[in-house]
Amino acid sequence: MTDAHEHVFDDRTPGVEEHEPSASYLSYTVGLGLAILATIASFVVSQTNLLWPPGIPVGLIVLAFAQIGVHLVFFLQLGSGPDSTNNILALAFGMLIVFLVITGSIWIIANLNSNMTSMSMQ
Amino acid sequence: MLGRLSWDVIPFNEPLPLLSGAVVGIVILAVLVTVTVKGWWPYLWREWMTSVDHKRIGVMYVVLGLIMLLRGFSDAIMMRTQQAIAVGSAQGYLPPQHYDQVFSAHGTIMIFFVAMPLVIGLMNFAVPLQLGVRDVAFPTLNSVSFWLTATGALLINLSLVIGNFSRASWWGYPPLSELAYSPDVGVDYYLWSLQISGIGTLLTGINFVTTILKLRAPGMIYFRMPVFCWTALCANLLIVAAFPVLTATFVMLLLDRYLGMHFFTNDLGGNQMMYANLFWAWGHPEVYILVLPAFGVFSEVAATFSGKGLFSYRSMVWATLGICVLSFMVWLHHFFTMGAGADVNAFFGIMSSIIAVPTGVKVFNWLFTMFRGRIVFKTPALWLVGFMVTFVIGGLTGVLLAVPPVDFVLHNSAFLVAHFHNVIIGGVVFAVLAGITYWFPKAFGFTLDERLGQASFWCWLIGFWLAFTPLYALGLMGMTRRLQHIAEPSWQPLLLVAEVGAVVILAGILCQIAQLYVSIRTRERRLDLTGDPWNGRTLEWSTSSPPPAYNFAELPKVETIDAFWHMKRAGRAPVKPTYEAIEMPRNSPAGFITAFFATIMGFSLIWQIWWLAILGLLAAAIVVLIAGWSIEREHEISAAEVAQMERAR
Amino acid sequence: MTIATIDRAATAVPTELARGRGGGGPAPKRVVVAYGFWIFILSDMVMFSALFAAYAVLRGNTAGGPTGAELFNLRNVFIETMCLLLSSYTCGLAVLSAERRHPTRFLIFAAFTFVLGAAFLFIEVSEFANMVAKGAGPSRSGFLSAFFTLVGTHGIHVASGLIALIYLVAQVIAKGLPAAVLRRLLCWSLFWHALDIVWVGVFTLVYLMGDYH
Repeated sequence: MTDAHEHVFDDRTPGVEEHEPSASYLSYTVGLGLAILATIASFVVSQTNLLWPPGIPVGLIVLAFAQIGVHLVFFLQLGSGPDSTNNILALAFGMLIVFLVITGSIWIIANLNSNMTSMSMQ
Repeated sequence: MLGRLSWDVIPFNEPLPLLSGAVVGIVILAVLVTVTVKGWWPYLWREWMTSVDHKRIGVMYVVLGLIMLLRGFSDAIMMRTQQAIAVGSAQGYLPPQHYDQVFSAHGTIMIFFVAMPLVIGLMNFAVPLQLGVRDVAFPTLNSVSFWLTATGALLINLSLVIGNFSRASWWGYPPLSELAYSPDVGVDYYLWSLQISGIGTLLTGINFVTTILKLRAPGMIYFRMPVFCWTALCANLLIVAAFPVLTATFVMLLLDRYLGMHFFTNDLGGNQMMYANLFWAWGHPEVYILVLPAFGVFSEVAATFSGKGLFSYRSMVWATLGICVLSFMVWLHHFFTMGAGADVNAFFGIMSSIIAVPTGVKVFNWLFTMFRGRIVFKTPALWLVGFMVTFVIGGLTGVLLAVPPVDFVLHNSAFLVAHFHNVIIGGVVFAVLAGITYWFPKAFGFTLDERLGQASFWCWLIGFWLAFTPLYALGLMGMTRRLQHIAEPSWQPLLLVAEVGAVVILAGILCQIAQLYVSIRTRERRLDLTGDPWNGRTLEWSTSSPPPAYNFAELPKVETIDAFWHMKRAGRAPVKPTYEAIEMPRNSPAGFITAFFATIMGFSLIWQIWWLAILGLLAAAIVVLIAGWSIEREHEISAAEVAQMERAR
Repeated sequence: MTIATIDRAATAVPTELARGRGGGGPAPKRVVVAYGFWIFILSDMVMFSALFAAYAVLRGNTAGGPTGAELFNLRNVFIETMCLLLSSYTCGLAVLSAERRHPTRFLIFAAFTFVLGAAFLFIEVSEFANMVAKGAGPSRSGFLSAFFTLVGTHGIHVASGLIALIYLVAQVIAKGLPAAVLRRLLCWSLFWHALDIVWVGVFTLVYLMGDYH
């Protein structure tokens, strides 16, 4: 009934690389390189006028997301195959909550603050 | 040396807490002495305190919840009585400073130490059995979760006799909960008790999400899981998502109180509204953590006691998932009146109305399940019908409150108090009592006495409506919540009716205590010999009552929804199964001992006995490190032993 | 009825085909433990999000005290960031070595990870001590309370990770690399990578956004 070589269990574990050794070392090294680039880019964007100044916050956020993506793919081995579905779904759920808590709080408190009588708003 | 601890903190000059503390103390002493004299300690230690079996842990959670129900209910009847008599020139018997502690303790205990343990207890007991597996993903962690919850309960009860409890309500809003306005230990008791039990709850969330997603019997694809497991999954996802927010919020308030920071203080840049915002970002998902498993219990009860499969399983699942996600998008409705603009209020008002829709879908599904079914009106079915009427009305008042202009009139009035008790009692409490009746025979091998069960149901139903309908009216008449003294004499008749309702509920509780006593005494008459007393549909009924430690000698192969129902229809397999050795996790004292040191740490932090707090923390950490060192965590039940236990069924 | 037939159709799928939809029975321990730890990490991220939210709301509340721009030393932040990033890299290499059953290589990479993580902590603690000495401690203003708590909580996580690393290295030395120890190392590495992800958020949103030209 069950083939001895059949891959019965569907799930990959986050962080475990299933490919050959050389490919894994490569994965981490590429990830490190990309992350270093993103970090340097963030500092440069923030400290120089390379990017149009009003766009700096957006640029920093984009670079941060990119670097987080690099970490997830190259360090945490979060792939896009069917085996990773549970892990990706969990991550998506977590990200949704993080987004709701942060943006919800900022929106609500900004709204509340703006309706406060203007005492010395510290 | 002993921080702020001294003989003065024991309320020698306050008769009420002193007396109640003395009574509780004597009862505890009596229990401990009895256990010692009868030599039950080895049994208790071996079979219960160090158990990592989900069935045992589930029972302990339920026992904890029921005991704390007595404490929470005492607070309730104290408040009802005070409000009934302290009208006009009468002052009542409960001074304001005490009354504030009573309503704070009532809310805190009922939510965190009654409702949560009861719901988690039912999930603990039933979910692995329904999934057709042997235990949860992390059994030792499960034990840690329970004992940390017990620690929290212990600390709150200590506040009765050593010091005092918080007067800042079960929310603990600053600036009242800050040092400037609550310099005593009350808020610290509240914060540390909830932080410690909160860790336990978070671990439970992680445990059950992993169990439900990664540990199911072969063939049990997601859309063949029982609905109770779906609701358990969504509730535990909400635990994982929401409790960290509460942890962070309490950390910030603790930092304000202990290290002089300014998150929520009046001065130097604090923002009090941020506390309310974050608290309710946890608080709203919390009520869905409580109510989703309640819905799950009733889905099981409706199907079983109607002799029919649940109507529209798929829409039930999607409705549950919808509620899970939406519950994180409505939290501002708890503070519509705090000054947000129309855009923010409108958004959250609309979302709050939308979340009623999937709940409505569920109600229709239960109704259609019962329609043309062969209904057996045993106690769980009575609770189901009582729930459907009571909860729906409570939900309707909730949709009313979701309209911001209406909420401006009714926020924090007695109407609101009636609404949330309506949904929590009608929803969660009724479900837990139904679930206990439903799964009791599975846990203990005999059913509960039916007549006393029915009597307690009617007392709870009638008592609830008597106690809370007046509050709806009073809220519309302008009465706010948490009043220690009633200035308006025309309110008194309604408050007296409410008091009668509370007494009727008390009768219901007494019926339940009697039911337990009588059922145990006459258990020989109601033994469950088949393991299937209700003609059930899901896998837990395929085991013996009670099940062996390993649940299933051979994991069932699932091919349909309502797997056991179809197995029964298809007939038992005539082939004698070959038994294999089963690996089960070993008992572990880690949970109990960690919680012991956590109690010491919590108490020391509350009373600012710094050296003892550090010792407690270190000791707890060392216990964790020691427990984490071993690799051999399992023991084997040999095939012969399994065969013997199965033959004895 | 239509709905009943739909449900019946859903249940008529043979068990073999059910495997792709989670019907393969209980997953192996390695998968279960790693997934559980992954869920724990996500819950930790939610906790950090509440602290981030508090920081976002309070960052303007300096109460007449020093602002971020006045206090932050971006050169040190860059060095810290590089230390933590490199430690994430060596952590990955350490896990690879462990999985391929090379205990010596594992110990070397683990040592590098520890040193880099400790360097990060050293710089951060110095920064904190400096700020407190200047009178810009966490009790000075709401902004500083939020800053110290957010960044400090991350630092406490890093410190705990380092203690856990020592503990796990001891286990490897004492027991070698059986499956159970390997599982724990895997969980530890998930934790360590997650901390670096949080740090990306911290250095971007706290330091760089707080002090850009």
